[in-house]
Amino acid sequence: MLEENKNLEVIRSSRRTFIKGVIASGTAISSSGYVFSLAGCSSDQSVLGSVERLISLNVNGQVRRVDVLPNETLAMTLRYKLGLTGTKLGCDRGECGACTLLIDGVPNYSCSTLTHSVKDRQVTSIEGLQGPNGELHPVQQAMIDELGPQCGFCTPGQVMSAVALLESNPHPSRDEARQAMSGNLCRCGAYDHYLNSVMKASEVS
Amino acid sequence: MPKDMMQNFELFQPDNLDDAVNLLDKFKGDGWILAGGHDTFSWFKDRAKYSPNLIDLNGINELKGITETNRGVEIGALTSLAEIASSPVIKNNFSLLSDSARKVASPQIRNTGTIGGNLNQDARCWYYRYGVDCYRAGGSSCYADTPQGQNREHCLWGADRCVAVTPSDTASSMVALDALMVIRGASGEREVAAEEFFIGPDIDIERMTIIEPGEILTKVIIPSTWSGATFYFEKVSDRNTWDFPLVNIAAAMIIENDTIIDIRIVAGAVQCTPRRLSVVEQVVKGSPKNEDTASLAGQAAIRGATPLNYNHFKIPLLENLVKRSIRDA
Repeated sequence: MLEENKNLEVIRSSRRTFIKGVIASGTAISSSGYVFSLAGCSSDQSVLGSVERLISLNVNGQVRRVDVLPNETLAMTLRYKLGLTGTKLGCDRGECGACTLLIDGVPNYSCSTLTHSVKDRQVTSIEGLQGPNGELHPVQQAMIDELGPQCGFCTPGQVMSAVALLESNPHPSRDEARQAMSGNLCRCGAYDHYLNSVMKASEVS
Repeated sequence: MPKDMMQNFELFQPDNLDDAVNLLDKFKGDGWILAGGHDTFSWFKDRAKYSPNLIDLNGINELKGITETNRGVEIGALTSLAEIASSPVIKNNFSLLSDSARKVASPQIRNTGTIGGNLNQDARCWYYRYGVDCYRAGGSSCYADTPQGQNREHCLWGADRCVAVTPSDTASSMVALDALMVIRGASGEREVAAEEFFIGPDIDIERMTIIEPGEILTKVIIPSTWSGATFYFEKVSDRNTWDFPLVNIAAAMIIENDTIIDIRIVAGAVQCTPRRLSVVEQVVKGSPKNEDTASLAGQAAIRGATPLNYNHFKIPLLENLVKRSIRDA
């Protein structure tokens, strides 16, 4: 970040000296094109045809207006712009599954999804699972009953994968559940506990 | 080196193919095609590759979906691997492809990962991915093919400065099914057979496929030639989820009265391109489908394999996979 600031500083100062030089030499009109193209380089202005930064996101049933950079991932937007920190960032490379959430009901790695690509879609994070009176989702309750999590960091992602599975297949076999949960790593190795929880939740639902 | 946030880029979300091709043409070398993003974002987050302009194809509906036409089954390049794995049309006619799509990565990745992205993904060499200046990255050395180099996952054939392998599971199936790749560029459309689509370092060390900068893979056509044939797909990897293949095998066979009339068999992750095992095909064509033929096929498959320091294990692995594919299909 520091390095980037320095780079920006270099660009700014060189631009300043450039403009000064232009004024001094009196060739401002013929060179105005250069000044313009440099202005386009700054990150707060977008190139013609690229995405609008101010967008509406449908998160957990609520439409929210957010200022989103083109290079921002959904996990970043949720955690750092919308304050929904239930979604965890583990590897940030689409390998661990801690950032799993549902887009139109389908589990996705939010660290590997650009926020701009979910503009017209329904995003459900762990915060959106609670009932109208704040009660836990059956999967969450089952995870507590079966002592699913150990340290708990991967739990939101595990819950989201389990919720999506039970939506599409309310009574999975243990093997099907294992397959569906295979995109979520657990460093504590509590996989069997998680599977017990999913099976328990499937009985309840 | 910061590895948390991607560098700034401009994002373009065209809603039709013409716009996407025009954008790509406009940016020349400075445009980057985004599909599922799983390959792209790793490169960008690791700051090993960068492009100032991303062209997101996800809004282009004409690139999505599976349709039956008189040419066979056409699969749009933006169709997700999950859709291919569960499509009844694919399962009924070309279960080889659905089996291989189901073996890719993890459920979440298959939900957004596309067939086009899977076929076009870049090499998975540690060193290359780390961003070193190896041959493939435009440099002048290979870090994997050295006495200390970690090359357990690398190639048995086709080494030419670079020793990386094709990491795609679906690529092996596509070659086995003799699929056609439809490619669009500013100058028009062309079709290339899957076998010619993938290229090795001897042809171009910085690319994995025949796609030129400025071109987009729009769809894959699977001809009905092998529809309903006997198929075998197996992937061996260190982990059963997420992982790339150490070796995969994809075979399509036509069997009559226990005799193998015709066969196409392809191995992945043993060289830079899916390796069509033509010698095996010659050996088994016209032979009875039994243990002896399978053993012969296995022996034929490994002829000429040149292992590196740490990947000798791939030779018996490939031999056994070929043997199994003939015997158990």
